Amino acid sequence: MTQVFVRYRLGGLGLVMVAAVVVVAFLAPWLAPYDPYATITGSSADIMASPSRGHLLGQDDSGKDVLSSVIYGSRISLTVGFAASFIVVVLGATVGMLSGYAGGRVDMVLMRITDAFLVVPRLPLMLVVITVAGRGLANIILVIGLLSWTYMARVVRSQVLTVKERQFILRAKALGVSPARIMTRHILPQVVPVIFAEATLDVSYAILSEATLSFLGLGDPMLISWGSILNRAFLRGAVMREAWWYLIPPGVALAWTTLGLTFLGIALQEMINPRLKTHHLFDEGKTVAIKRLKTRTPILGEAPRF
Amino acid sequence: MRSADYLIQKTAFSLVTLSVVLVFNFVLFRIIPGDPVQMILSPRLRPETRERIRHEYGLDRPVWFNLEASRETGNLLQLFDSQFFHYVRNLAGGNLGESFRLQTPVAELIRARLGPTLLLILTGEVMAILLGSLLGLVAAWKRKTPIDAVCTAVGLTAFGLPAFWLGIVLLILARGHLPMGGFQTSGVTYADPIARALDVARHLVLPTSTLAILLFGGYMLMARNSSLEVLAEDYILTAKAKGLSAVRILLCHALKNASLPLVTLVALNLGYALGGTIQIETVFSWPGIGRLMYEAIAERDYPILQGVFLFLAVGVIGANFLADLTYALVDPRVKA
Repeated sequence: MTQVFVRYRLGGLGLVMVAAVVVVAFLAPWLAPYDPYATITGSSADIMASPSRGHLLGQDDSGKDVLSSVIYGSRISLTVGFAASFIVVVLGATVGMLSGYAGGRVDMVLMRITDAFLVVPRLPLMLVVITVAGRGLANIILVIGLLSWTYMARVVRSQVLTVKERQFILRAKALGVSPARIMTRHILPQVVPVIFAEATLDVSYAILSEATLSFLGLGDPMLISWGSILNRAFLRGAVMREAWWYLIPPGVALAWTTLGLTFLGIALQEMINPRLKTHHLFDEGKTVAIKRLKTRTPILGEAPRF
Repeated sequence: MRSADYLIQKTAFSLVTLSVVLVFNFVLFRIIPGDPVQMILSPRLRPETRERIRHEYGLDRPVWFNLEASRETGNLLQLFDSQFFHYVRNLAGGNLGESFRLQTPVAELIRARLGPTLLLILTGEVMAILLGSLLGLVAAWKRKTPIDAVCTAVGLTAFGLPAFWLGIVLLILARGHLPMGGFQTSGVTYADPIARALDVARHLVLPTSTLAILLFGGYMLMARNSSLEVLAEDYILTAKAKGLSAVRILLCHALKNASLPLVTLVALNLGYALGGTIQIETVFSWPGIGRLMYEAIAERDYPILQGVFLFLAVGVIGANFLADLTYALVDPRVKA
């Protein structure tokens, strides 16, 4: 019982954390003391200046206010997170539902494709594709979305498999309702909570992916995101100068956001099915074997996303 | 026989995935806008020279299948005198192309950088597995106590951190105590191999720790779950009744059985570990394959990118295949 309570508490905490970031992103123009996209006028003393009254988090390598950059950075990170997650939901849920409902050959083929995506190392693939496709926000969103849909597909498929054999579906089939209608009107509502929970986690992975791509120099050159702030910091020798105010805050912001989303996602998963210990760290295919060996607590989840 | 079926399925899957990766790699770099040859050629060259170079690189051949040549000579094998099949043939011979910038074969570059990366991944994974399985065991043993909650929380947090930021934080923390980067101190001659090994070890501490922190969360949570199962078994109860100390029970009886699933997790994690390694090598200037990729991105050196990606993909596919085999061998109850 205490476990459940803790989980809900955790979810509440996650929700608050995420809400805080969203609010900051929306209110950025009013919250940030300076505009990080404006041209800088200042002296060379401003370069990597430590925190002062005018600049609570100090200044970066070109004298820009770090706090403002971090605040505005939330916009890009959240945009990429939600946009990529949208692609993941549409693609993954569709594949998952088709695969789960159709079964047989279609299911096998689709699942093999999903497995193939899982096996290929994610970051190297992203790096290669973005280098060819070119840097840009749209490209980043597309690439992250197109390479992250597999977890959603897996989870949705599992849910569809459990729902498929229920009475009301069998009755609908017996009545001659078309598969498309069954899927949209009857199965989909049962699957939506699962999609929601998984999407929350997918947003956090999309945000991490964008940060990593930006750090490695493949972000949109025109935009400020937490990853790109760290990219510049690192390349301009902030570590040597011990400019912690430049290096720590963007990472804290990232950690805060992903942690909040993870808490939220876990809590949602537990709410949907409290008997499942879901966490996104194992491959379902492998743990099916473990499940068969030990019938007590089914372990379900995914391999790490990155 | 069941396990032969399983084997065939897994082999087929690996081969198909491999083929798809090959084709994908091939296509990707042909759709780069602009003639790839432009990058190595100066536009001031005479058209004849350009044609000759294109011929050398085989770019005047048809892309997929050479229908004209086979029709002319009547030889069916000529069908495969195309860019794609030359690409495949090159790959089979270990030729991954040549770097634009350095004019050295990519395969050589990879070979030179492979050692440091392997060292990093090996030590990182070992540390992560040790740390993860021990903590997982402890957390399972002490479940429903604050220790369990703390362990799980730490594991989750570590998992959500970006690898590169973790590395930067460790760099800041260790400033002055440990080297800031690189494989060994530059411009130094060593008295003996031991001194060199020690120097490398000093440089290895931070990158390995970063990788271990990144990976241990997954191992810990899995170890915790399988430990929970194992600790509920009867033989543990027997050991407790016999009066064995907790430490002895955990280490001698529970650990072995709880750590079996970790084997497969290593292979599954490999893609993730590679992603982390690329970031870690960049932050710590560690001269490995990850850093090679990072440099190639900055220089738009497509052959290196292509070659390294292929190498990594083949490695991970192979590792997963081996893990599947191992698991099938180790546990005969696994069915296809």
